[in-house]
Amino acid sequence: MDGDLSPQDKKDLDKFIKFFALKTVQVIVQARLGEKICTRSSSSPTGSDWFNLAIKDIPEVSHEAKKALAGQLPGIGRSMCVEISLKTSEGDSMELETWCLEMNEKCDKDIKVSYTVYNRLSVLLKSLMAITRVTPAYKLSRKQGHDYVILYRIYFGEVQLTGLGEGFQTVRVGVVGTPVGTVTLSCAYRTNLAFMSNRQFDRSAPIMGIIVDHFVDPPCSSQRPAVMGQPCNYRAPDEEDGGAFAGVQDSQEVCTTSFSTSPPSQCVCTLSPSPSKMSKPLPLDSLQLPLAPGLVAHNMCPSRLLYQPGAAEVYPPAANANQLLHAGKEGGVVVVPCQPHGVDAHLTVEAPLTTPGSSGDDEGLSRSGEERREEGRSVSPSDPVESLNAFTRKVGAFVNKPSTQITAANLDLPFAAFAARGLDSEGSDPMVQPPESPPSQSPLQASLHSQGSEGSGPQDDFVMVDFRPAFSKDDLLPMDLGTFYREFQNPPQLTSLSLHISSQSMADDLDSLPEKLRVYEKNIDEFDAFVDMLQ
Amino acid sequence: MNCRSEVLEVTVEARQVDEAMLALLHTILLHRSTGKFHYKKEGTYSIGTVGTADNDCDFIDFTFVRVSSEELDRVIRKAVCEFKDALYNTGSDGMGQISLEFYQKKKSRWPFSDECIPWEVWTIKVNVVNLANEQERQICREKVGEKLGEKVINVVEVINRNEYLPKMPTQSEVDNVFDTSLKDVQPYLYKITYQITDSLGTSVSTTMRRLIKDTLAL
Repeated sequence: MDGDLSPQDKKDLDKFIKFFALKTVQVIVQARLGEKICTRSSSSPTGSDWFNLAIKDIPEVSHEAKKALAGQLPGIGRSMCVEISLKTSEGDSMELETWCLEMNEKCDKDIKVSYTVYNRLSVLLKSLMAITRVTPAYKLSRKQGHDYVILYRIYFGEVQLTGLGEGFQTVRVGVVGTPVGTVTLSCAYRTNLAFMSNRQFDRSAPIMGIIVDHFVDPPCSSQRPAVMGQPCNYRAPDEEDGGAFAGVQDSQEVCTTSFSTSPPSQCVCTLSPSPSKMSKPLPLDSLQLPLAPGLVAHNMCPSRLLYQPGAAEVYPPAANANQLLHAGKEGGVVVVPCQPHGVDAHLTVEAPLTTPGSSGDDEGLSRSGEERREEGRSVSPSDPVESLNAFTRKVGAFVNKPSTQITAANLDLPFAAFAARGLDSEGSDPMVQPPESPPSQSPLQASLHSQGSEGSGPQDDFVMVDFRPAFSKDDLLPMDLGTFYREFQNPPQLTSLSLHISSQSMADDLDSLPEKLRVYEKNIDEFDAFVDMLQ
Repeated sequence: MNCRSEVLEVTVEARQVDEAMLALLHTILLHRSTGKFHYKKEGTYSIGTVGTADNDCDFIDFTFVRVSSEELDRVIRKAVCEFKDALYNTGSDGMGQISLEFYQKKKSRWPFSDECIPWEVWTIKVNVVNLANEQERQICREKVGEKLGEKVINVVEVINRNEYLPKMPTQSEVDNVFDTSLKDVQPYLYKITYQITDSLGTSVSTTMRRLIKDTLAL
């Protein structure tokens, strides 16, 4: 069957199909993140954009896709499927759609691999982009948030459509004929959105998550298989592609694709494979069993961390400096350039606080991340207590470091985080003059305390909490307005107000007084004349 | 070759005309645009990268994907705007059609001007309705969104038939096949024209032919 295909063409075709599969997954998952996608056109080929399309590669997604493929390619009888489902905050799930990349036996021997097939795959990806915005799951995914989240699962093998309920519809995105078969891309989507009308979801088949709203627990936390507990910076897989966790290596392969126009009907494709790639032939005759469905886990960093007093520092579980969580609403993304110290964290990854107002309001992590930044990352606490003392944070403008925790409950009141706290014994900040609000603190503090303040002692630091300023848009990045507030909550002290400088200047002032008085007395006539002039 | 012709029909409310037209035109152009060609020695060329951008419609429950090119977007918006103005201003009862035609130029000898040979024409027929109340408008929002989704699926179906496309040109011929005037993307040569149907059902005699590109007169 492959006899007519030159080895170079065969190799190119395999590569095209592999990257087409990876890009397909990226397009589908990105279309279900719940946000608008925008990438830039570039007139000069960058060499890393497969199919001449600017499709970003989310590393986790690439990794999951590669894991699912496990070195194989979609082939006849081996389809690559991306299943999109919805999970509510109560834990109910429903499959929404299944995208299938299949191969059938119909070959097109005459087609030119490195030109026609490549371009047609490019057009097919564009069609996929257009169609992903049209199926019903798109609108659902744009509205995901508190009530539900959208999850994805990649599997390889037989297509499973039973979870889509009765009357599901199929839309064919397109086909591309190749010398080894015809690539078909289609989507089957549920039409019966009556939720939980048939609870087919098998709880023993966990779904890996994606696009989790940061207010909600990671999906399937109650049925988490061992693999779900993986931290976000999981060890780079030891695969044939050199363990490129970032996935960028792959996408940088090829793509110095050039085409020939002389004669116009022919094409010479010059590909420059990256050296680390795929030195062994792809095992097209499947040697491996397809992965069990549902066991491809996506790592979700628990979205909620409670910083407890007494803890030295807060780290997200095993985050590293480059960690980026791709949560759907990126309000949930926690990008924390944490110091890679040993995790001496009294972390509490909590179930959602059951207080009503608290859903998703304590993104302690970003707060702690800021702390790191503020301290100039110079705090390297070998001693937790020392590090606490080193903090001189102020919560809210003009407010001393509170002696109590701030927890999520304060968000019942907008801008409660700004409310003044009592002076604590450390208060050597002349700048910090609590306004006459101390009396009003007590109800707040009482409510704060009631939120499970476990700290004690005046040196206790406050709980990292994120607040959502009223009317601020909870969009892609964690709350610009909130970030603004946080950053400007703690303005540096005015030098003139710091004690030792002021005392110094006071002494200077006193010394210079007699001199000044003499000068003024000498010029008293001038001053009088000036005053007369003004009258 | 024969020119492929596809017709799409939509019924929209007045304020939805813009977005419905943009959605469909951009969807078509997304598939009919490539990156910029960079010709090198020995007759080879490389292709730039096409970015995409999601566009949410304000008056329709719909999001479409367009090529990420501000220049192209401006050109299309201008054409749609003119169409919409013509639709309102002429004495029509809200029916018209906008055509997106892809063509190739064929050089002729002097004194004949170059020929423009269309190879694909998309015609979008629009029927504008007026709605009485807000509830109807809300229903219309959703319905038109669904309809546009169906139209996008139709467009994708046609395009994926992989029928005739002009051959990739040599450097000297590239302007006969592609619109190279944009700096970031390169659609096939196209022109957008429209016709307004008056209440008698015939084309208005002043059918305006708008050449969005610098094509030669037919």
